[in-house]
Amino acid sequence: MALAELDFTCPFCGLACDDVRVRVETGAMQISANGCSISERALRGLSAVTDAQAPTRLKGANVTLAQAVTAAAGILRGAKQPLLAGLATDIAGARATMRLAERCGAVTDHMNFGAKMRNVLTTQDRGWITTTFAEVKNRADVLLIVGSDVATRFPRFFERLVAHSDAMFTDSAARRVIYLGDPTKCAASRAALGKLPVQVVGCNNEQLGEVLGVLRMLVSEHPALTGMHLESVGGVSFAALQALAQQLRSAKYGVAAWAAADFDFVHADLTVQRIVELVKDLNKTTRFAGLPLGGSDGDLTMNQVHVWQSGFALRSDFGRGYADYDPHGNAATRLLERGEADALLWVSSFNESRLPPPANVPLIVLGRADMAFEREPDVFIAVGTPGVDHAGHFVRSDKVVTMRLGKLRTSALPSVAAVVAQIEAAL
Amino acid sequence: MLKLKGGKLFDPANGVDGQVRDIFVADGRIVAPPGANQRIDQEIDCSGMIVMAGAIDMHTHIGGGKVNIARAMLPEDHRRDLCAHGGHGESTRSGCGHAAPSTMTTGYRYAEMGYTACFEPALLPINARQAHLEMGDTPIIDKGGYAMLGSDDFFLRMLAAKEDQKAINDYVAWTLHAAQCIGIKVVNPGGISAFKFNQRSLNLDEEHAYYRLTPRQILKSLAQAVHDLGVPHPLHVHCSNLGVPGNIETTLATMQAAEGLPVHLTHIQFHSYGSEGDRKFSSGAARIAESVNGMKNVTVDVGQIMFGQTVTASGDSMAQYRNSGLANPRKSVIMDIECDAGCGVVPFRYRDQNFVNALQWAIGLEIFLLIDDPWRVFLTTDHPNGAPFTSYPHLIKLLMDRNYRKDKLLSLNPEAQAMTTLGSIEREYSLYEIATMTRAAPAKLLGLRDRGQLGVGAAADIAVYRDEKDPEAMFAKPAYVFKDGELIARDGKIVKEKWGNTHVVKPEFDRGIEASLRKYFERYHTMKLENFKIGDDEMREIGNGARLEAHACWRESDQRHS
Repeated sequence: MALAELDFTCPFCGLACDDVRVRVETGAMQISANGCSISERALRGLSAVTDAQAPTRLKGANVTLAQAVTAAAGILRGAKQPLLAGLATDIAGARATMRLAERCGAVTDHMNFGAKMRNVLTTQDRGWITTTFAEVKNRADVLLIVGSDVATRFPRFFERLVAHSDAMFTDSAARRVIYLGDPTKCAASRAALGKLPVQVVGCNNEQLGEVLGVLRMLVSEHPALTGMHLESVGGVSFAALQALAQQLRSAKYGVAAWAAADFDFVHADLTVQRIVELVKDLNKTTRFAGLPLGGSDGDLTMNQVHVWQSGFALRSDFGRGYADYDPHGNAATRLLERGEADALLWVSSFNESRLPPPANVPLIVLGRADMAFEREPDVFIAVGTPGVDHAGHFVRSDKVVTMRLGKLRTSALPSVAAVVAQIEAAL
Repeated sequence: MLKLKGGKLFDPANGVDGQVRDIFVADGRIVAPPGANQRIDQEIDCSGMIVMAGAIDMHTHIGGGKVNIARAMLPEDHRRDLCAHGGHGESTRSGCGHAAPSTMTTGYRYAEMGYTACFEPALLPINARQAHLEMGDTPIIDKGGYAMLGSDDFFLRMLAAKEDQKAINDYVAWTLHAAQCIGIKVVNPGGISAFKFNQRSLNLDEEHAYYRLTPRQILKSLAQAVHDLGVPHPLHVHCSNLGVPGNIETTLATMQAAEGLPVHLTHIQFHSYGSEGDRKFSSGAARIAESVNGMKNVTVDVGQIMFGQTVTASGDSMAQYRNSGLANPRKSVIMDIECDAGCGVVPFRYRDQNFVNALQWAIGLEIFLLIDDPWRVFLTTDHPNGAPFTSYPHLIKLLMDRNYRKDKLLSLNPEAQAMTTLGSIEREYSLYEIATMTRAAPAKLLGLRDRGQLGVGAAADIAVYRDEKDPEAMFAKPAYVFKDGELIARDGKIVKEKWGNTHVVKPEFDRGIEASLRKYFERYHTMKLENFKIGDDEMREIGNGARLEAHACWRESDQRHS
């Protein structure tokens, strides 16, 4: 193929930037504008994978796609409790996966659901008030980042939404950015913000719940605080929290952002809940909104389809013919550790480094051709990456926007949707 | 060729009121009786049965962000109504029902009731892909959406800059194309945007704090645009002050504000509240009905409430935030969305012994019964806001059987009974009137010329009911339902799965509007203009191969001046 420069909607993190330009020559892709560390790494890896190397293997030996599909269907058919996990795919792949889950009575899980669950449980318990990217970009005068390494997970977040010059309703140069939480997770964001200063209120992420609890009392001027003499809360001085409460209350349109993946401790859903309850308190007098950050590896994409087709989030068991949702009991790692699943189909079409959890059960992998395994899967089928090898749809971090993914190169790699449909047909 | 033999037809579009006739179907269409050399392949005996066109729900929240939020929030509600694989007929997909049903279950249950087309009334243009993807996974029935405008910053900036109506018309048309919709809806005009500026209410003549525009100006401009573009469906209006006691004054003023232009006021039950009586909450139904009866440019759907658990899902973030304290169970999701719109999802349980809820129920029925013309009042529960759509057969019974209705009324909160005239209203809807309000009239209002009727040439969307004494039983499970000529449901079970069509309009407009839109997108948006637009090919992929039906837009002025 001759050299071409193409627009690229990037599916490699939840931002789904659509202003990326990519030079493509015979399947090799190089970013020419608006790249980031994540997209550059991903396209470099994919450029090394050409059709000729598209492997389909049965116990390590090259076979045809049809042979691999037959073997995969055999494994699923023979299993008492199959598990469909990973599930990093696009909308079409998610639709096909749902049919397969129902047909073979599988349990569903996504590689990121452990983190996402912290948000899901919060909405199912008390709900929240949230906002989306264009509102942040055009309206937010105060941005509170809670304990999350935003710039490492979403490299262009600040460039695109915060540290830019065009905002409809606020002076973007005067935005106040505040970081509350583990200070080690703030370095990349500080660098990405450039000239815009970030005020850091440091504490361990495990103590955020405690700190946010007192912050809630301060913003709502809780009477219990009167006469109380607190020196510090969770390692944060009370005076600093008082000042922070005042800053939050004086926002015209404040935004509290977090990535649930950075709250990796027990009962972290309660930390998320504290953030969103703080937001609700602030809305009694001003406007404030939460911004949960996620979407990478298609976690929102898969979950959205799962919810609209079944009514329930991922980690559902279709063994009884309908979705039996149990976000704790149906975790893939838990089922595998306890020997409660006897076959695993793992899907990872965006990232070659996301490998299946160790498990002593028959393993089918639909993944990037450049995946390297410690334990060779029983069946491996190389699939295309949505947005690169075939068109598709991808749900952005703020959930309200579903991006159209294009195609960068001509590819013989089948889509997840096509392979899963073939497996279902062969059941 | 298929022959439906000897049914009693109720086809108000063609003035047929209970006459016994045969219907012939070929290639998905209703056709003339066959000639001598044409063969009848299949004959179904419909004698003694009631035959109507497939029903059309012109306002039902079946797809898009807020609907999926409602689903995700309510696992406890789904668990009361789980649908296993095969539960709706051999090989049907699993899902859940009740307040926020899954997409597959939505399609099956509508089809099983004889509904063959449903319209999502609050499709946010920025969220259009998701809404169409969800509707794409909703089997059998036809779908379409109304694009929400009026709190989007591009429009508000145009209006504030006093750009001429022609430019606004171009933007409205562009939106219909980009979001693949069949109509335009305005929700709490300007109010969703005003809420982002911390305004907590916005009356019809109150200024938006930033744009200095009033809801009246927004409403007038959008109603004019829809009219000028020749879009068949009038501007679909969710008025200001939803749910507020005394909001009847706003609603009546909104009808006037259209200045004679066609407008459709939706879920008007929620906008027909007076503030009289000890509880400062009273029925405004009589005044609303009187006004509608006198204004031929106005149509309404009711948004009837039914008692029990449901969930309210609306683009009106301002009203939903206000009502979030009433949530049952106590949770809610409120969203500001992308300089485009907003939404709010609040679960709700209507209780028959609660004064307000009981009176809401009575107000809805009063409106149905006091509006004279069934061509201008539509049967909705604003699914799921007033009640799940599966309560339609029960609602039809309430309209058709006054004794049943009066008995129900007597079981409600006594204070509410004292505040309604419902017990003295003797009217009973006839089958012809039910067929009008659920078939012929919505098809006409949406510009679906070949649906909602049984004339030769019409699409063969047909429901055949057993003539039962109890209208609720009759309308719950038709004996046969045909979609585009194929038998898809029998006695309340799906017998064939297929994907329905998507209905859109594509009015002509000056594509020059894209120059200013492109600049706006580049400066302020978080996606490119080209990626905002949904193409026809993409729609087929989204809709699992569903056919796109574009309906004609027609301007009176075209004829006058050409």
